[in-house]
Amino acid sequence: MIPAPFAYRRAGSVDEALSLLAEHGDEAKVLAGGHSLLPLMKLRLAVPEVVVDVGRLQDLSYVRDEGDAIAVGALTRHRDLETSDLLAREAPLLSHAAGFVGDPQVRHRGTLGGSLVHGDPASDLPAVVLAMGGTLVARGPRGSREIPAADFFQSLFETAMEPDELLTEVRIPKPQSRGWGFEKFNQRAIDWATVGVAVSGDQRPAIALVNMGGTPLRATAAEQALADGGSVADAAALAADGTEPPSDLSASADYRRHLARVLVRRAVEDARGRA
Amino acid sequence: MSILGTRVVRAEDPRLLTVGGTYVDDLREPALVGAAHATFVRSPVAHARISSIDVQDAREAPGVVAVFTGRDLDISPSPPAPMVTAAMARPALATDVVRYVGEAVAVVITDERYQGEDAAELVMVDYDPLPAVVSGEDAVRGETLLFPEAGTNVAWTGGAEQLDEHLFDDCEVVVTQVIDNQRLAPAPLEVRSAACAWSDDQGQVTLWLSTQGAQAARDELQRQLGLEEGQLRVVAPDVGGGFGAKIAADPETAALCAASRRLGRPLRWVESRSENMIAMTHGRAQHQTVTIGGRRDGTVLAYRIEVLQDSGAYPRESSWLLPILTMNMASGVYAIPKVETAARSIVTNTTPLSAYRGAGRPEATAAIERAMDLFASEIGMDPAEVRRRNFVAPDAFPFQTPSGITYDSGEYAKALDTVLEAAGYPDLQEEQRRRRERGDPLQLGFGLSAYVEITAPDNAVGETGRVEVGADGSVTVYTGSSAHGQGHATAFAMLASDELGIPMDRIKVLHGDTAKIPKGAGTYGSRSLQLGGSAVHEASVEVVKRARHLAAELLEADEGDIVLDRDAGRWHVKGAPATAVSWGELAQQAEGDGGLAADSDFSEERPTFPFGVHLAVVEVDVETGAVRLVRFVSVDDAGRVVNPVLTEGQRHGGIAQGAAQALLEHMVYDADGNPQTGNLADYAFITAAELPSFELLPMETATPLNPLGVKGIGEAGTIGSTPAVQNAVVNAITHLGVRHVDMPATAQRVWAAINEAKER
Amino acid sequence: MQVTIRVNGNNTTHEIEDRLLLVHYLRDVLGLTGTNIGCDTTSCGACTVHLNGESVKSCTMLAAQADGAEVTTIEGLAGSDEMHPMQRAFRENHGLQCGFCTPGMVMAAVGLLREQANPTEEQVRSGLEGNLCRCTGYHNIVQAVLAAAKEGGAR
Ligand SMILES: Cc1cc2nc3c(=O)[nH]c(=O)nc-3n(C[C@H](O)[C@H](O)[C@H](O)COP(=O)(O)OP(=O)(O)OC[C@H]3O[C@@H](n4cnc5c(N)ncnc54)[C@H](O)[C@@H]3O)c2cc1C
Ligand code: FES
Ligand code: FES
Repeated sequence: MIPAPFAYRRAGSVDEALSLLAEHGDEAKVLAGGHSLLPLMKLRLAVPEVVVDVGRLQDLSYVRDEGDAIAVGALTRHRDLETSDLLAREAPLLSHAAGFVGDPQVRHRGTLGGSLVHGDPASDLPAVVLAMGGTLVARGPRGSREIPAADFFQSLFETAMEPDELLTEVRIPKPQSRGWGFEKFNQRAIDWATVGVAVSGDQRPAIALVNMGGTPLRATAAEQALADGGSVADAAALAADGTEPPSDLSASADYRRHLARVLVRRAVEDARGRA
Repeated sequence: MSILGTRVVRAEDPRLLTVGGTYVDDLREPALVGAAHATFVRSPVAHARISSIDVQDAREAPGVVAVFTGRDLDISPSPPAPMVTAAMARPALATDVVRYVGEAVAVVITDERYQGEDAAELVMVDYDPLPAVVSGEDAVRGETLLFPEAGTNVAWTGGAEQLDEHLFDDCEVVVTQVIDNQRLAPAPLEVRSAACAWSDDQGQVTLWLSTQGAQAARDELQRQLGLEEGQLRVVAPDVGGGFGAKIAADPETAALCAASRRLGRPLRWVESRSENMIAMTHGRAQHQTVTIGGRRDGTVLAYRIEVLQDSGAYPRESSWLLPILTMNMASGVYAIPKVETAARSIVTNTTPLSAYRGAGRPEATAAIERAMDLFASEIGMDPAEVRRRNFVAPDAFPFQTPSGITYDSGEYAKALDTVLEAAGYPDLQEEQRRRRERGDPLQLGFGLSAYVEITAPDNAVGETGRVEVGADGSVTVYTGSSAHGQGHATAFAMLASDELGIPMDRIKVLHGDTAKIPKGAGTYGSRSLQLGGSAVHEASVEVVKRARHLAAELLEADEGDIVLDRDAGRWHVKGAPATAVSWGELAQQAEGDGGLAADSDFSEERPTFPFGVHLAVVEVDVETGAVRLVRFVSVDDAGRVVNPVLTEGQRHGGIAQGAAQALLEHMVYDADGNPQTGNLADYAFITAAELPSFELLPMETATPLNPLGVKGIGEAGTIGSTPAVQNAVVNAITHLGVRHVDMPATAQRVWAAINEAKER
Repeated sequence: MQVTIRVNGNNTTHEIEDRLLLVHYLRDVLGLTGTNIGCDTTSCGACTVHLNGESVKSCTMLAAQADGAEVTTIEGLAGSDEMHPMQRAFRENHGLQCGFCTPGMVMAAVGLLREQANPTEEQVRSGLEGNLCRCTGYHNIVQAVLAAAKEGGAR
């Protein structure tokens, strides 16, 4: 299976990418690592007329220490997240989770920015960035703007990005506490998460859920219970409260709720074990 | 020393490893230069009347050479198997009614591959929906008929016409279980593909086909295309796996040949994986009801299996062959006094069924091995012990089963003991007990399966072999068998080398070309070595005999005094090795007289019955239901082993496919007949990360039925492993009250089974 | 558009359709048919090649994205040697049957060792999760990779 015909345009700079996007508007799609977009195009579930390849924008691939935050370029590949010493030291949840995305070949191509903008609630890294309280930096014809992760994911495959914008950076505040936990439950190692859990912090952690609704979600009831000094088990029992998880081939909604409760308990226990 | 039984690495590998095989899509034959591409338009609905097909837009699309529908091409329908009503015949391209999602309705021919997909989207088909028959119950009820002229959705029935009410009368304990042996996609890594070129005068046609049997494909296609015998040459290039689903030819191939003839242009067809998952035949799909009864001392007295075989939309050999094999092998390795079998095959609006690794035998083994565990758990006896008490004894062979089958040889208890010992059975029991006591979230389960299977079930069909010595002393072996990964080029060369004393690197093995090997059956049913290998062996023996005669002439001695020095590969007179003649010289000598060669067509009096015992160890996370296969120990006795490297490879692959059925794979349809697992992202094809390394134990019990003493090994792994893994999963959670978990034992199913047991 | 891709050490330049996938560039334009296609959902890994030394699935890349890059396919893996240590290990350990997954599997395995020179069995298994094989049950593939790790398979 092959994509329907389109015009390929390669951006040599962020500005060029922005002007290509401005020129082609809704007809254009940004191509980063291509590991979400191309599979959709091959099945003809996406049929853009113009593809703007930003894959060469090396200046958007970096992990930098900026004092109280880590700045990660949008074009940083999963593999680079996974192997970044700086992340391993300062934001281990992100580098650890990146190692669970897809398979090695996918991690050699897929990017953090693509993972976030694609807006797939089954993806791992959106929940991680949400749990870590990240901020996304988008550039467009109207300049740059910063979008907190909590506002970024709007609904299934919908984010706060405008079609003429490019995601350039993700800022991750350095965690205040050392604890973190990550659980990805899938049938086969290569599968997307049936349910996943990212926990940042230990005593009053932020907890984000993968594949428990149309967007990555915070498990607020469980967070609150922990913040109130409740036991991990009691808090975990609230993990699925307020969620409307999908029922599909890999799991019913009920089973997903159950998994969320088990995985949150395990991830928080892990986080506390690491603290 | 004989090379047979030694570890010889494969002759075929260097090419496959350095430049890759030459599969149909890789062919760059002169005859295929300028070949156009064929893309099939397939039905998106499960059951509908075709009210119109509009190909106009597609014809005008870039690069389109032609668009053909079923009415444009003159192809005889594939008749169903002789035992099935002719009203269920299948057209190559659907013309009036489509009966499953994926059925081909038109073919688009384009200059370039990419243009085909673009143009196929432009073929407009109007479908008038009909109710879809998806479940077995709906099919049996027959409110909607797939073939109204047939008057029924039942394609075939076999076995007992009336169930015996008294079958279980003597039993103290009777257990019944409904078992779903789920539908699987064979999914060879190379999809279906073919390329076709007619001669200029259209008198001759060559078809390169990814197939397990070129000769059978030739016969079937000649009939469908109305060709004379000898007009069609079928060549099998490298074939990227088949697993039963590439036996002979599929309807698309006939359409390809017909389209190529119409256009006077060579054509190539390589389906996509998404097409393959819904349009290549599926396997298994048996709904079974099993009942087992016996005494509390562990003796099984009676067993019944009722089979509902889903044949999919068009009954093929599957509709009768699969249930017959299941019924024949119903009682497995056990001497059960009373065995009753009954089967029905139905048609549904789903992809047609056919052979898939094991074809009917895994279904039999899965049923009886689940039943043995259920019986054991009902009487509170160790499953290993119950099995041991009911095995056919070693001195009972040849053993005739109640199904009327004669097993050739077997040592079942020995296989069981070997496996239990290697696995450390008591340690496993102890570890399980400890984890249960601790209430460990990771529970341990172990499961057994003792199997016997039938290989070369079509023993009488036999297989051909020809061994030819060239003037340069090299050898060409021709076989009707058709390798697609099994390693015939190595095994058959070993057989010839062993007889002739000619080194393997001087022996070439040819298969899969009807011009060079007009007669042959192919590779399926674990038949290759015992039939094809025996034929090569016999032909080699005959060549040696002829060579001896020639050597006697050349050396002017008595045949009885002529010696073949197999180490040197030369002939001499006894006691006078200095004056020797070579194979090449003998071949030259025979040149005027048809050359130094011999043919064999080997068939067996009866099939052979390999057997074995498998033990699987799993860990079940009782909080999530997740299952992890952590150990796998097996004995697979397939008679004499010619090359352990190859038999181990077959066992490994088989075990993995069987474990995949137990844990992961399932071809799922929704209630309207829409496939839900139609690509490799959704269909849970097992990967290295879900499997452990396997612990294989050797055991060889020769069969008297062929000169090599060999049985088949191609399907044994799959047959044995599925119930071992399934039993292990149930075993891990029996203490929670779980009695059965259907396959695939996904995490969700295991979790649901635990919950249900809790609520009970 | 025009692309120049260095494939197995040779510069190749061709005029191509914008949507051409790298795997079809290799197979149909260059005639390097060792790289296979086994799926349409980026699942099977049969199409795995090295892009600038790292394993990638060539069915999920445009040829245009590889413009200016260095690509190695199974045909170029051994360089001027008869076989790369990984190819030898696959042969010696019977790590292939029908051979269809093999080129991609070998390329993925070499890529794996480049990132993890002495992997455990478990690491090999998860490192190959993106490559499907229907024939071998992976047992001998894993053995081959572990053996190659000892014989310079990362080269
Ligand atoms: C086989 C396979 C398995 C996978 N498994 C997982 C998994 O387990 N977990 C998981 O999380 N993901 C998984 N993925 C997805 C993978 O992580 C993708 O790489 C990622 O989701 C998208 O990143 P990309 O760079 O490839 O984006 P692309 O495919 O290039 O783009 C994705 C979308 O984002 C847009 N976009 C990309 N970058 C930008 C930017 N900088 N600015 C604006 N818009 C942009 C594109 O226009 C497109 O709409 C898998 C993918 C495959 C093929
Ligand atoms: S063909 Fe590329 S992953 Fe399957
Ligand atoms: S060897 Fe056949 S798919 Fe791997």
